[in-house]
Amino acid sequence: MEKSKSRDRSHARIAGLLSIIPGVGQLYNKQIIKGIAFLVVALLYITGFWNLFNMGFWGLFTLGTEVPRDNSIFLLAEGLIAFLILCIGLLFYGLNLRDAFKNGEKIDMGQHPENFINSVKSLFDTSYPYLLISPGLLLLIFTVIFPILFSFALAFTNYDLYHTAPAHLANWVGLETFKQIFTVDIWRSTFFDVLGWTVIWTLVASTLSVAIGIFMAIVVHQKDLKFKRLWRTILVLPWAVPGFVTILIFAGMFNDSFGAVNTVILHALGLHAVSWMTTASWTKIALLFIQSWLGFPYIFVVTTGVLQSIPEDLYEAAIMDGATAWEKFRKITLPFILNQMAPIIITQYTFNFNNFNIIYLFNNGGPAVPNSTAGGTDILVSWIYKLTMSSNQYALAAALTILLSIFVIAIALWQFKRTNSFKEG
Amino acid sequence: MHSIKRNKNIRLFGTYLLLAIVSITIFYPLAWTIGASFNKGNSLVSTTLIPKNPTFDHYIALTKTSGTFYYFQWFLNSLKISVVTMVLSVILVSITAYAFSRFRFRGRKNGLIMFLLLQMIPQFSALIALFVMAQMLHLVNSHFLLILIYVGGQIPMNTYLMKGYIDSIPISLDESARLDGASRTRIFLQILAPLAKPMISVVAMNGFTGPLGDFALSSVILRDPKSYTLPIGLYNLINDKMGASYTTFAAGAILISLPVAIVFILLQKNFVSGLTEGGTKG
Repeated sequence: MEKSKSRDRSHARIAGLLSIIPGVGQLYNKQIIKGIAFLVVALLYITGFWNLFNMGFWGLFTLGTEVPRDNSIFLLAEGLIAFLILCIGLLFYGLNLRDAFKNGEKIDMGQHPENFINSVKSLFDTSYPYLLISPGLLLLIFTVIFPILFSFALAFTNYDLYHTAPAHLANWVGLETFKQIFTVDIWRSTFFDVLGWTVIWTLVASTLSVAIGIFMAIVVHQKDLKFKRLWRTILVLPWAVPGFVTILIFAGMFNDSFGAVNTVILHALGLHAVSWMTTASWTKIALLFIQSWLGFPYIFVVTTGVLQSIPEDLYEAAIMDGATAWEKFRKITLPFILNQMAPIIITQYTFNFNNFNIIYLFNNGGPAVPNSTAGGTDILVSWIYKLTMSSNQYALAAALTILLSIFVIAIALWQFKRTNSFKEG
Repeated sequence: MHSIKRNKNIRLFGTYLLLAIVSITIFYPLAWTIGASFNKGNSLVSTTLIPKNPTFDHYIALTKTSGTFYYFQWFLNSLKISVVTMVLSVILVSITAYAFSRFRFRGRKNGLIMFLLLQMIPQFSALIALFVMAQMLHLVNSHFLLILIYVGGQIPMNTYLMKGYIDSIPISLDESARLDGASRTRIFLQILAPLAKPMISVVAMNGFTGPLGDFALSSVILRDPKSYTLPIGLYNLINDKMGASYTTFAAGAILISLPVAIVFILLQKNFVSGLTEGGTKG
């Protein structure tokens, strides 16, 4: 018996081969209901999706041949959906082959394959985790992965205002758009201007939020301070109010002509009105102030939690050694906080890198810059939004999306390698 | 001894002074908005912090609808989208995270790496595709599509957080329940879910505030003023009329901020522990 297990697999092989047509292998294994069910599902799949595959893959390669019949972009979308459905189908096809082979093996070993009810039961048993993840995974595939694939695919076409249905078709152009970003003067200069400000914005805005948050947490943590709960509630307020509301409020307050910052605060201090909304560098200062205002409470709250978990005896030992308050902070508090909060601090940076709301809602990324599709304070994401929504330069927007994603992933992976969350898996 | 006490007083005085300044910086914009919402007239030129002739006109104006103004419709839209997204995200994220934390199955490692990558690529990159997709499916203005997109976007990052949190719950609890004959579904519902409450609160908060504050994705899909959510509606309100309806905006802003802020502060304790424990574990 032991030997035959390793040698004789003839039944398994035949069943596996037969199930090239799904179900036939199972029938051969005498699993009648299962075999018929597989056959029916396979037939439904092929007849149901045949047109989609036919159209989809033709469309994916040609992007349409005839105006006004074909819409390149819809064809591209259909093609990608066909591709995804084909992938899912192939996965189940592979499972079907495996199932026929495994059950054939059982017959080779002289056992009986399970009957239908039992195999449904054992399917439920072994595939329980798949059952749990499949709803989320399906949703993820169609609302996140498909759109991202689609955007990426667009970057290799010339889809823009002049290649729009019904009058025109779009074509595959390979890396042309990427080449243009770096060779066409106006695009290159805009790209590097926007990228430069995006990096500065990310670094300064996040660092300010983190520094203010940690500082305020330490200030409120002082033992002899009264009304701690009150102070903490006040300091959390900017986080509690919906961010888009606050940004719009600030947009009113910083208004050049009627905003309170100019008419009340600066006036009271005897200063001249400042053109917050029309001079890019002033807008940038206002944005950094607002983001600090919005961003510090989150860090403040988490730091407060971390501070309460620092073991008291560390400080007692330090006092015994005659450490000053500053030394206690430098040698104990700060390293403890930074070590504990590294992941949260990193998310601040990735958040601000993609912080569309504040840039767009405050001043539309403006003030406008002559001859440029990007405003003076646009970061990459808000520029991409404008290219898509107002100047219809879809291919350019998609190419920028890819560059942005590569940039973010590279930095994040480098960071995650250094923390250990990745290794735990 | 005397100088130590004096030093301490100086430090405390400095602290209170700093806290007072920060508090004013926090309160000023909020108080100013409240003031504006009770001021007579439409523009901000004449607005004062404490209104001379307080009026409820702007709150009453919110109840009226016109061609492009549907404040309460926007309010309901936002509320509906946020609540449904929150509920669906909590359910999907919890069961997905449970599978990734407690079971070893083929594709698990790759799945986790996929989540990690997807949480880094902003959902924003899908903007163009969502725009086309809505047109293809004839779902422009559809809240249903928007909710699905939001929930999908919530999955990668929150699943990762939740998985980390469930990992920290000792597996011996599962095992002893298993010995008592509890099914895997029961173990999840009756043992793990209650213990993961702080992280469930975090996921719920993300699921609620994410859609509530989103402008980019919703503005791509929602084109009809009646289907707008609050961010789009209020943004257009300010920008369309060149600041002429700022006081109405202020009233609208207060009406949404007040309940959200109160609920947030009341529930704060619940998700703060989830944030600190989940976020700092790294």
